[in-house]
Amino acid sequence: MNQWEVVIGIETHAQLATVSKIFSGASTAFGAEPNTQASAVDLALPGVLPVLNKKAVECAIRFGLAIGAEVAQKSVFARKNYFYPDLPKGYQISQMDLPVVVGGDITLQVGQGDKAYEKVVRLTRAHLEEDAGKSLHEDFHGKSGIDLNRAGTPLLEIVSEPDMRSSDEAVAYAKSLHALVRWIGICDGNMQEGSFRCDANVSVRPKGQAEYGTRREIKNLNSFRFLKEAIDFEVQWQINEIEEGRRIQQATVLFDPENGETRMMRSKEDAHDYRYFPDPDLLPLIISREWIDEVREDMWELPNDRKLRFQSDFGLSSYDASLLNINFDIGNYFEGAVLAALANGERIEPEPAKFAANWVINEVLAKMNQEGEGHPTWKFGVSAETLGCLLRRLREGVIGAKTAKELFAEFWEEARANNYASHGGYPEKIDELIESRGLKQISDTGAIESLVDEVLAANPANVAEFKAGKEKAFNALVGQVMKAAKGKANPQQVNDLLKQKLEG
Amino acid sequence: MINASLRELSQALAAKKISSVELSTLFLDRIERLNPTLNAFVTVDREKSLKMAVAADARIAAGTAGPLTGVPIAQKDIFCADGWRTTCGSKMLANFISPYDATVIRKMHAEAGLVSLGKTNMDEFAMGSSNETSFFGPVRNPWDTERVPGGSSGGSAAAVAARLAPAATGTDTGGSIRQPAALCNLTGLKPTYGVVSRYGMIAFASSLDQGGPMAASAEDCALLLNTMVGFDERDSTSLERPVEDYTRDLEKPLNGLRIGLPKEFFGEGCDADVMAAVRAAIAEYEKLGATCVEVSLPNSHLSVPAYYVIAPAEASSNLSRFDGVRYGYRAPDYGNLDDMYMKSRAQGFGAEVKRRILIGAYVLSHGYYDAYYLQAQRIRRLIANDFVEAFKQCDVIMGPTSPSTAFKLGEKAADPVQMYLSDIYTIAVNLAGLPGMSIPCGFVGGLPVGLQLIGNYFAEGQLLNVAHRYQQATDWHQRRAAIE
Repeated sequence: MNQWEVVIGIETHAQLATVSKIFSGASTAFGAEPNTQASAVDLALPGVLPVLNKKAVECAIRFGLAIGAEVAQKSVFARKNYFYPDLPKGYQISQMDLPVVVGGDITLQVGQGDKAYEKVVRLTRAHLEEDAGKSLHEDFHGKSGIDLNRAGTPLLEIVSEPDMRSSDEAVAYAKSLHALVRWIGICDGNMQEGSFRCDANVSVRPKGQAEYGTRREIKNLNSFRFLKEAIDFEVQWQINEIEEGRRIQQATVLFDPENGETRMMRSKEDAHDYRYFPDPDLLPLIISREWIDEVREDMWELPNDRKLRFQSDFGLSSYDASLLNINFDIGNYFEGAVLAALANGERIEPEPAKFAANWVINEVLAKMNQEGEGHPTWKFGVSAETLGCLLRRLREGVIGAKTAKELFAEFWEEARANNYASHGGYPEKIDELIESRGLKQISDTGAIESLVDEVLAANPANVAEFKAGKEKAFNALVGQVMKAAKGKANPQQVNDLLKQKLEG
Repeated sequence: MINASLRELSQALAAKKISSVELSTLFLDRIERLNPTLNAFVTVDREKSLKMAVAADARIAAGTAGPLTGVPIAQKDIFCADGWRTTCGSKMLANFISPYDATVIRKMHAEAGLVSLGKTNMDEFAMGSSNETSFFGPVRNPWDTERVPGGSSGGSAAAVAARLAPAATGTDTGGSIRQPAALCNLTGLKPTYGVVSRYGMIAFASSLDQGGPMAASAEDCALLLNTMVGFDERDSTSLERPVEDYTRDLEKPLNGLRIGLPKEFFGEGCDADVMAAVRAAIAEYEKLGATCVEVSLPNSHLSVPAYYVIAPAEASSNLSRFDGVRYGYRAPDYGNLDDMYMKSRAQGFGAEVKRRILIGAYVLSHGYYDAYYLQAQRIRRLIANDFVEAFKQCDVIMGPTSPSTAFKLGEKAADPVQMYLSDIYTIAVNLAGLPGMSIPCGFVGGLPVGLQLIGNYFAEGQLLNVAHRYQQATDWHQRRAAIE
């Protein structure tokens, strides 16, 4: 394994979040009864013609701007000809020689903690095309059904350069791209419904070799986990083949999540000749400077810009700032929590921001990750306002860190049980709850002092040990005081008072 | 009434000398009587037609009629019409009932109030120059029923020539309006590409197809064209232009008109008698005040080869939707999916259509695309440039429409190249996207000869004017085939 280098390029199909299809007025909504969202154009009745949906083009422009690519002044729609029952026209309208977006790149954060590093992946192109329908092989007693609701749904096919060198990098790329298309509002990113699916081109070569190895393309990976598993299996398979003296044949393969293996779908010899040619029903797509400027003005802050702002305004590390920008929502959440954590009249300073950042990274992100990939979309069990409120009370010393964490966990569980439908009326109820459950931290010096005195009197042995130089004994005494206070004493005050008394 | 012009019919309807129901019945009866001989119509639906006529009469009575409301016409069976069987001359669509209206049909029915008498026969998917490739059998030329009417709009041409309809729609991809018009003594106009919506017009070669009128005179064509044109947001190649009244300039005198005569159109390859009739017509134009200038279209000899790359390429893809899956013909017995495709398409398409699909798939295939398709596109640009140069010297170009008069049924059917050469003068016009017309200009052995007029982009009005003035000075267009 060590003498092999893995080379991965990824093609992604992102379904564009337009109301209607790319070449017809039919709705793109998911989940309708079969064939109820297929117009005459989608059914490819004789004589019908495609008309380009401007909103889909706008999405492509948006994407081009977001990755610093060139938005082509002129691009051309081409027909990709092949027969399949869910392809009503017998050709797919796509773009071939002149795509709408050329070049650009995406910066990824790969790995975690100390092993984290940044990587720039270059993009080759992105082009507009229409999706096909679906073949339904169940429930038809030996026959197949065709649902053309999806036919004509706009897709942006995003093609990367073969810049990734591990399955981790591939997953980081897919996640960054996923976050980006959602961030700029062009794709809902719903992988279960197929709104975002990846094909991975995988090859291996001996380290140091300049030429790429022969690649095999793994089709239609619709989760990050499958992407990783499929690549890992494929890489090992290719290495084994080569090490056993066989040559890799260019091929298209499918990943079977059941057994975690890839299997051949078709070899290069079986590859279709798609007979691409410019679609004579559509004029070349001309995008003016003005149109691009209009779209640019309509765009909000991009991931990298916000990351840099978090670093400069909040003094966050590059790593933390990246984590808080892994998608649009988490950064918004963080900023919301920071605002809510401020006391009246307090200004945003690095201190409360960092405090909130730690909480969002250590608590919120951890929860989200626990939810795992089965999570339909990112759902926050505790709203930013609620978290901010908890943080504010914590910073004010009203509650202790332990209480804050417990409340946070409780709120989250409550929301989860409720399928994240609501946040249980927080943050308004927080103060009430602290009051009614008696969670308020004891910060009254007199009260703590008398507790300290009691503990010192009751534990002469510990006192003696401490005086003999045993630091551990100090912790035992703190524990005793906290126990006596039922955990509600302000730990800092307990520490200070104990020290005073023992050293004094 | 059978021989009346559209203007006369319009006036008679407006004056309530005849109702649309009566007029339509007159033609429907004539179709019933003569269609078995001519095979010009594939579908006639008296009930549907008369329903439209009743509605037209109501509009006339209510005073909301347009100029042609209540006038019956024939529709080429390439236009989808809601509730009508729309076959495109193919077994593939022999049972296809369209659930929607082509834009042209919608405009004619809903806006203009025209009455459709039925759907006319045509070469299968408009691929042919003789109407012999139709699944529904050949159409016969009313001037000599042993001869072809031309194609692909042969059914429309025969229908109007035999006065089974006062006028008809046609489509022209390489000459399919002009050549049958010439062979049947009609006036036919192929507009500038993009003037008439292609939505609902079953595609043969998308970058070349254009619908247009076929009628007895230029004036009739102008009136009918008025109802067909207009920007259509459903057709991305439709052009947004101000609405024009094509009858406006009909009477303009031709003094000073410069006629360009391409030397390539007056060389070899055309029957001498046909050429003589064409030259006589040009002499007539000189009498009307026009002057002639020789021009050159140096790449015109490349138009047939370029056309037979581009048109089949587009057709091979356009016809992929006829796969037996959702509508149209499906083979009765098949083993698996591929077998179903192969059998359905092998049985559903005729020989000429299959030939062109094969040619088209070949020229688009990997390794041949550059040599054929791209090369043909380059030639296409050269041909278009030839016209641009020629129009610097003249206002309208003239020449023969077809190198011969109507040929006998079966005469060229066995030799596709001979058949393709029938369109040698018309094809370049489609490649350039220009408007072109054919008008009657004489007879050879009792068979009509057509004069082709080619205009600059959007010069339909001028072409109609040039044709109309000639028709006021001559009576070729008023001669009727003796068929009863």
